[in-house]
Amino acid sequence: MGTTVTIDVRDPHPMQPAVEAAIETAIAWLHQVDATFSTYRDGSEVSRLGRGELLESECSPEVREVLGLCAEVERRSGGCFDIHCGGRLDPSGLVKGWSVQRAAELLRAAGARRFFIGAGGDIVTRGEAAPGQRWRVGIRHPEIADRVAAVLETGDLAIATSGAYERGEHILDPRTGRAPEGLLSMTVVGPSLTYADAFATAAFVMGEQGLPWVAGIDGYEGLAITRDRRTVWTSGMATLLVRDIAPAM
Amino acid sequence: MPIRAAVTLAATAIGTVLLFSFRTPPAAPIATLAPSSTSSSSSTPSPTATPSAAPPSGGASPTPTATPTPTPAASGLKSGSFTGQTYANPYGNVQVQVVISGGKITDVKTIQYPNGHQQSVFINSQALPLLREEVLQTQSAKINIIGGATFTSEGYAQSVQSALDLARA
Repeated sequence: MGTTVTIDVRDPHPMQPAVEAAIETAIAWLHQVDATFSTYRDGSEVSRLGRGELLESECSPEVREVLGLCAEVERRSGGCFDIHCGGRLDPSGLVKGWSVQRAAELLRAAGARRFFIGAGGDIVTRGEAAPGQRWRVGIRHPEIADRVAAVLETGDLAIATSGAYERGEHILDPRTGRAPEGLLSMTVVGPSLTYADAFATAAFVMGEQGLPWVAGIDGYEGLAITRDRRTVWTSGMATLLVRDIAPAM
Repeated sequence: MPIRAAVTLAATAIGTVLLFSFRTPPAAPIATLAPSSTSSSSSTPSPTATPSAAPPSGGASPTPTATPTPTPAASGLKSGSFTGQTYANPYGNVQVQVVISGGKITDVKTIQYPNGHQQSVFINSQALPLLREEVLQTQSAKINIIGGATFTSEGYAQSVQSALDLARA
């Protein structure tokens, strides 16, 4: 339990049967992913795999695909992303982004061109919010639940945020087993939410060093909020940032 | 007027809410006082709510209440107003009321939200319409979507879900 998913289609005729059917398919897909990957369901494939009741080779193609992607991010992040951290199998740091990315592809294949999907703070935007208007994505302030710390204007983009504020200190540094220090939150944007989600987790673990790491990945940019309350970002992020927002009182 | 019409044409939106269980373990609804309330079972990931089949209520009750009509739409959601359970988070309590018409969410009203901490009511009153945007999509807000989860939005999602459970019951 825990995440609200919003699908918002802004095409001129969003109720056309193909798009409506794709929304239903996307919702069914997300439920299916939950049933397969949830670490809070004892009977899920991932829980059974983690307990050794299944071999990886016996798992569904989806689970094997996710495990492969996780291994890729673990390698690329020098071990800062590790689904075996904490002694149990938990690919959640990639699964949500991966599943929402696929849901977005389902909508697009059905003809939707202007929509967003938001899942617990991770977002895919496509096209425009309205003709001539880009999507405006607020990045929630990590300490003040009711404020945004930054606003991005996006078109076709994925936006993922990791932070210590979500559920307390729930992200651990796989290298030390301790909560990472240095950042309050790390937002990563790029073409795919699958990678943005996992990169945000890894870069959050890296601390401020996560920014140059993200900047070195083609197509991805980062924005970090540090423990000493600075907002810092990679150079490519600057073009997305809306700068004329009046600060909240 | 022509501008407004153009905006309206472009503003058709579909909002869908569901929950799935990554990252966040189940959180129990906080205790409610009235005898008709139900509490969540530890074996289910989402709060379960028994419809009280109550007469139309004031909407500010701390217990989940529903005023459904007897004919569910294709989405399985009955029309009416459904008040979700109250959830506690470090910032305070969150409780919403969901209005459903024709099988779709048409409004989400915030009944309780945190305002007793260091942040002013002003900040909260600014932010809650933004949270509300995540459920009820409208064209008017400058910010379309909020990224990054918080305790408040989680309690919000849980209260919405418990209200939807009532609408499906």
